[in-house]
Amino acid sequence: MPLQITRDQARFREIVRGRIQADLDRYIQRGELIGKQAGRLVSIPIPSVELPRFRFGEREQGGVGQGPGAPGDPVGPGDPAGGAGSGEGEHLLEVEVTLDELADILGEGLALPRIRPRAADRIVTARPRYTGVSPSGPESLRHVRRTYKQALRRQIASGTYDPLRPVVVPVREDRRYLTWKELPRPETTAAVVYMMDVSGSMGDQQKELVRLESFWIDTWLRRHYRGLAVRYVVHDAAAREVERDVFFRTRESGGTRISSAYELAAGIVARDFPRAAWNVYAFHFSDGDNEGAEDDRRSLDLLRDRLLPALNLFCYGQVASPSGSGEFLRTLRQGLGPRDDVALSEIAGRDAIRDSIRTFLGTGR
Amino acid sequence: MTAVAGDHRLPPHLRALRERIEGYARGYGLDPFETVFEVLDGDELNMVAAYGGFPTRYPHWRFGMEYERLSRSAEYGLSRIYELVINNDPSYAYLQASNMDVDQKLVMAHVFGHADFFKHNYAYRHTNRKMMDAMANHATRLRRHQDRLGVEAVETFVDRCLSLENLIDPLSPFVKRRADRSEPGAEDRPVALGFRTDREYMRHFINPPAALAAEQERLDAAAGQPRRLPERPERDVLLFLLERAPLERWEQEVLGIVRDEAYYFAPQAQTKIMNEGWATYWHSRIMTERALDPSEVVDYADHHSGALSLQPGQLNPYRLGVELWRDIEDRWNKGRFGKEYEACDSLEELRRWDRRLGLGQQKIFEVRRHHTDVSFVDEFLTLDFCVAQGLFSFGYSPQHARWEVQSREFAAVKERLLRQLTNFGQPEILVEDGNHENRGELLLVHRHDGVDLKLDWARATLRALQALWRRPVSLSTRVEGRGALLRHDGREATTRRQEP
Repeated sequence: MPLQITRDQARFREIVRGRIQADLDRYIQRGELIGKQAGRLVSIPIPSVELPRFRFGEREQGGVGQGPGAPGDPVGPGDPAGGAGSGEGEHLLEVEVTLDELADILGEGLALPRIRPRAADRIVTARPRYTGVSPSGPESLRHVRRTYKQALRRQIASGTYDPLRPVVVPVREDRRYLTWKELPRPETTAAVVYMMDVSGSMGDQQKELVRLESFWIDTWLRRHYRGLAVRYVVHDAAAREVERDVFFRTRESGGTRISSAYELAAGIVARDFPRAAWNVYAFHFSDGDNEGAEDDRRSLDLLRDRLLPALNLFCYGQVASPSGSGEFLRTLRQGLGPRDDVALSEIAGRDAIRDSIRTFLGTGR
Repeated sequence: MTAVAGDHRLPPHLRALRERIEGYARGYGLDPFETVFEVLDGDELNMVAAYGGFPTRYPHWRFGMEYERLSRSAEYGLSRIYELVINNDPSYAYLQASNMDVDQKLVMAHVFGHADFFKHNYAYRHTNRKMMDAMANHATRLRRHQDRLGVEAVETFVDRCLSLENLIDPLSPFVKRRADRSEPGAEDRPVALGFRTDREYMRHFINPPAALAAEQERLDAAAGQPRRLPERPERDVLLFLLERAPLERWEQEVLGIVRDEAYYFAPQAQTKIMNEGWATYWHSRIMTERALDPSEVVDYADHHSGALSLQPGQLNPYRLGVELWRDIEDRWNKGRFGKEYEACDSLEELRRWDRRLGLGQQKIFEVRRHHTDVSFVDEFLTLDFCVAQGLFSFGYSPQHARWEVQSREFAAVKERLLRQLTNFGQPEILVEDGNHENRGELLLVHRHDGVDLKLDWARATLRALQALWRRPVSLSTRVEGRGALLRHDGREATTRRQEP
């Protein structure tokens, strides 16, 4: 039965979507969504979805309760009137949105092109697909409903069914089992390698920008690929691979040798993500302060010869920092020239995240 | 007729149960509406619940929001709807298909309690008993407007009307607030009659000619004055808007629909404690005295006590209600009321007081007919009851930034409770003037009784009101002890402080 409610629910989701869309910049700039992610769902606080009406302020009004407690004792562990966190002056409704929906909203808001997976047609896996029922098969695939239907049919046919005492007992011949076929299916898998400069000049603010931007990049890529492998590399004068948590927290003091990160990343990609089977993305964030011309050249060589041939897209985001010179962006621009598989952007502050995301993901690769 | 598409009739064994339970209920003297039971699965029940019990309701996103909330909380196992019953003749009741049989018995007994209450409580007397059909008509009309004008235009207008939904006069079905309108002609010129007197010889003394003349002059002056609109402040703001706001036809129709539904639901909000208590009282009696099989006792006790459980800081209307009903029955059985009982000052004697009047049953049936929550609590919530039930009042403590128990004193608790129930715990707001400052603006007045309005909501609501009235609207209220005039002209909200 199609429920009438599905239309109203769809309309509600549409309204929620509209609200998020309208406030997209604010959500992109503030990290509030990242902490609220649970699996494939994000819980998003939406202002004023509820219909306003004349009512009393909860705090002035108070209430009546029942149970133990002397005057002055706190009432229960929770908040009786609800909404302790949202102070007066704001009424927020927490709405759960899937990451896919969020990605679509982002895509619409920034007018991002869909990604055309590069290796899509080349990687083919066979997947079982349940297509029918048969009278034999393993017990674990028994189709209970069909089995009982069959039993009911048999009982009615043989006149042993009593509607007033509707007991249906399947016998061996009634059992039905699921059968399957192997269907070839093109597989699209993607991997992301994030690289970040953690030398002394990259402060917490700079890292926060990277964290925000990587959340949205992940969300967008996950929308297009089934299963996304993400790897993290930090570097100062030397590079190492780290866990996600460490990635955003590490702070080193040494100098910066970007080539070390590219070398490590190239190794990871070559070892784990062969081009034939993976769509590979690499993002590098730095304040652009490399050690010297010698290392600049080495980095460029590594990029051109080893990294870029293995990648769908290489993105370099230069985060503004008070102490960074920002030289490396120019080096890349001059050294690589305009290419489809390279995207460069400058991230001056939170306002610039939006444009940077558009630069990176607007390539549609 | 079934209200939800598909076959939801009771299966044979439930039909037999239903006959039994209804027999018990009628045996106890309950007189419910004819009740149509339908069995729905969890999802369908969530849907019907989201529509406030009416599967045929008009389309609106807030039902979708409610549905999402209900199904999510059911999914997480936080809540589960056992039953739903609507005030209609015949009453419709929905059962959850996955309930155990003992639950179905309990729920049926509960439903007959509600259906009896709907039929006999005075507050419901003027509700539309064919609401199931009316709601379907509302939906058809609204859909037609949506087809003609677009979903968004109609929806935006419905949203605005719903923001004003609580500005009704719950007593208006029972009283005539205004005289019938007819234009006062020349012969209708008011005449000063003075005080009434049967004694002709006293007339000059009681109504001196000079006083009469002065009165006549005052009346003439008043008649010459431009009429105020409304003549007296009116609580039914929605009716005032229907009559006076420059609405298009379809807008009027939609506002009328919202108002009809608000009036239909009002008695249920006015009798939450009584109604739930009454149904709980009867399901517990029917189950424990008649319907329960020995094998079902444990599950029954579990689910019954679940329904009566207390959440910290919340009042459970099922519990408060059923305890009050039992207390009333007990008091009238034992004669623990009246002058003699109240005058008695021996504790020992009071404790053992029992006049064996046996009036309990008679009394509760009488009370269920003549009260709503406010009068019910006012009349029957006694000091003893308050202490025995451990009632307290709580409030927000800004120092500790938490909610705290404030008082266990009977007077304070009862006052707080009554305040919460009066006017559904909503602020009392009236139309004062439809031509405010002689500029065609609308002035509402909040009768402030000690609790401030939630200001951001009030401003947003004024915005909605402004969209209906089309001219600036104002609300006179008090904020932190001082008078304030909130105003919205369609573009921005302003607040003007007034003298205290």
